[in-house]
Amino acid sequence: MKALDPTPSTPTDEFIKGLWRENPVFVQVLGMCPVLAVTNSAINAIAMGLATTFVMLMSNTLVSSLRHFIPKQVRIATYILIIATFVTIVDYAIEAISLDLHKALGAFISLIVVNCLILGRAEAFASKHSVGYAMLDGLGMGVGFTLALLCLGGVREILGNGSLFGVALFPAGFEPWVVMILPGGGFFTLAGWLLLINHLQRRRQQASAGMQEVAR
Amino acid sequence: MNETPLAKPAAAWPMYRALVGIGMLCGLLIVFVYAGTRPVIEANRAAALERAVFAVLPAATTRRTFVLTAEGGFERTAETRGELIHAGFDQAGTLVGVAIEASGMGYADTIGLLYGYAPERDAIVGMQVLTSKETPGLGNKIETDPDFLANFDALDVRLDDSGTSVLNPIETVKQGKKTDAWQLDGITGATVSSKAIGNILAASSSRWVPLIKQRRADLDAGVINEGS
Repeated sequence: MKALDPTPSTPTDEFIKGLWRENPVFVQVLGMCPVLAVTNSAINAIAMGLATTFVMLMSNTLVSSLRHFIPKQVRIATYILIIATFVTIVDYAIEAISLDLHKALGAFISLIVVNCLILGRAEAFASKHSVGYAMLDGLGMGVGFTLALLCLGGVREILGNGSLFGVALFPAGFEPWVVMILPGGGFFTLAGWLLLINHLQRRRQQASAGMQEVAR
Repeated sequence: MNETPLAKPAAAWPMYRALVGIGMLCGLLIVFVYAGTRPVIEANRAAALERAVFAVLPAATTRRTFVLTAEGGFERTAETRGELIHAGFDQAGTLVGVAIEASGMGYADTIGLLYGYAPERDAIVGMQVLTSKETPGLGNKIETDPDFLANFDALDVRLDDSGTSVLNPIETVKQGKKTDAWQLDGITGATVSSKAIGNILAASSSRWVPLIKQRRADLDAGVINEGS
């Protein structure tokens, strides 16, 4: 985890690192339980992504604010307490906003508590950096996580249901690939995205190496 | 012989201070948010209940809520607490069924459901899960599996000759093994959850069905007295 956290350069860099270079799903491969489980539709993916973003932003902020007050012997217990509090708050908020969405996300809202991504950022980053940087890290990682979930949810809903955000995309004759909205479809889609992103990153590295070769 | 020096124990006070202090702060935050969101959540639940009543009693066009009185009869009520049932009436004002809330332990947590009972047919004619935290992809098939939901087209709950108990209590059998009208075809892969639904319905119907049959006149009178 430490290797993924270079010395903070600029606030912008702290924010955007979570979007691509250190994307929590496609690069760090963290928090796979909700990634695979609730991305059977785009709206579920966005809701879970935003809920996780809120919890990560708030827990990073509080952990960073209290980092000099928390002894290292009890830090993990304290971080879990803080994360569980914000998850409970998110649980109430989603139930107030939409009962159907709350029902669709089901037990996975409560399971945000055990998302290793959130505890990982609290331990590896927020507890060692100032509040401003911790907030930017939480927000960046959260947005990156949400985008990754949306990538999966969008593909799965289009192929598995023939729609996007509930809007039908294909004519009536379209036969949905039901497997894509079943648990197996989550693995297939994630594998496809990882393949694509690794391919792009390899090409980028090769291009960069080629440029350096030419420069010599 | 040299003894390895013991590590100096950590001071206890900073740990107590951090855990208790942050615990109190977190508790206050939760209470504050709970108090703020509770009215909205209750309104959402009431609206969901309204939709569920008409889903489990599709022939109903209006519904009225009754509370079970201490004397064992039914009275119209506007309250949302107490032992409530929701009677559904058609356009002519005839009782078409009664929607009853029930709950019981599932695999992960308590399952809350609403089922529709049609006195004329002596059967449960619909069921909707209201609250459930059953395992996504497995246990939550109790809400989505069409074969399982087909059990509630007409689930027999007729009374015995004495009229005080259900003749054949509802029981859950293995998937595809249903032979009688009072049996629930379970779900392979969601055995505990589907059995839980059977147990909840068996317990609830054995209590409510005899009461509703005996005091059916109270439900009809609730409409007549209102003049609608």
